[in-house]
Amino acid sequence: MNIILIFLSAAIVNNLVLAYFLGICPFLGVSKRLDTAVNMGLATTFVMTLAAVITWLINNLILIPYDLPFLMNVTFIIVIASLVQLVEMFIKKMSPPLYRSLGMFLPLIVTNCAIFGLALFESLRGYSLLEGLFFGLGGGVGFTLALVLMAGIREELEFADVPRALQGAPMTLLIAGMLALAFMGFAGLLSV
Amino acid sequence: MANNPSLIGRFTRGLWSENPVTVLLLGMCPALAVSNSGVNGLAMGLASTFVVVCASSLVSIIRRLVPGEVRIPTYIVIIAGFVTLADLFLKAYFPEVAKQLGPYVPLIVVNCMIMGRAEFFASKHKLLPSIFDAFGTGIGFTWVLVILGSIREILGSGSIFNYVILSEEVFVPWVVMILPAGAFISLGLMIGLINYFKLRAEDKAL
Repeated sequence: MNIILIFLSAAIVNNLVLAYFLGICPFLGVSKRLDTAVNMGLATTFVMTLAAVITWLINNLILIPYDLPFLMNVTFIIVIASLVQLVEMFIKKMSPPLYRSLGMFLPLIVTNCAIFGLALFESLRGYSLLEGLFFGLGGGVGFTLALVLMAGIREELEFADVPRALQGAPMTLLIAGMLALAFMGFAGLLSV
Repeated sequence: MANNPSLIGRFTRGLWSENPVTVLLLGMCPALAVSNSGVNGLAMGLASTFVVVCASSLVSIIRRLVPGEVRIPTYIVIIAGFVTLADLFLKAYFPEVAKQLGPYVPLIVVNCMIMGRAEFFASKHKLLPSIFDAFGTGIGFTWVLVILGSIREILGSGSIFNYVILSEEVFVPWVVMILPAGAFISLGLMIGLINYFKLRAEDKAL
């Protein structure tokens, strides 16, 4: 039960993008078209879930037993960067079609603060391994959801008459504000 | 020194014409997340300025020693090191501020503004220009955060830098302003306003 709550909380109620402001750069940058948004979301979800598990293992098996939590920032970022590299090589070898659709997004994920932030929140809240796994999965699903919603709205917005000063980033931020307001409606749903 | 004016130019460029937040749209995550009060914005801005100046200096010093293929991991480890320093410093001397900022201090590591300065400027320039460039970027980041934080604080809780200026009897705080939605909307409007003035200046110049 707890696991389902953590998943839903990370995916909807405390959406990483709209409540914690993590992963804003891809959220603004890759949300112009629906299909690229879906691919980016899937790639991020995949890396995020893996990162949640691996950073948990490193944090609980190495850093905490040897009293090294001050090395957390440095280790986590190295782990995430090398993980992305590994995933990229793996996908390239195993599934060239998947690589063609995700390939260019993978390097971008290294600087996606959502993954690093997720790993930090995971260790801060002291989740167990299974909880961490679902937290990572939920975070990824939430990121994908926000990205896809935004891309859908922006595709429609192509035909709208936006004031010149608000075109581009300002308009996207305003829409994100509306989305965040809408997502606040879920706040009463769960309390985790 | 003949290149003094250009040093100052490098500094002022980060303040306005190439401001990391309002123009380049870098470092948006911390700009949105911790701008719920003026004090938080200032602390975050100064911490980021410290990291960007130190990281850019070190990157500039070792720029000839780092092979091209491994430069990104090298830079990120340098940045992570300085962020840990800033994090521990804040925790030791300003525990309340550190508690407020929470995980957003370690998140400075993935602030693309710092990586951007290291990659696009410090890795190709000498120490002194790199320092000025990083310092300008950091201060540019800080002023946007402080202004944004102050606006949200005034509208959201009726105070500025924790001093109450609008009491609850005369002004009902707009709670939404200190919530995530307020962050997106106020930053969107702020960038829109800056664009508006820029466009008007351009039209006049024509």
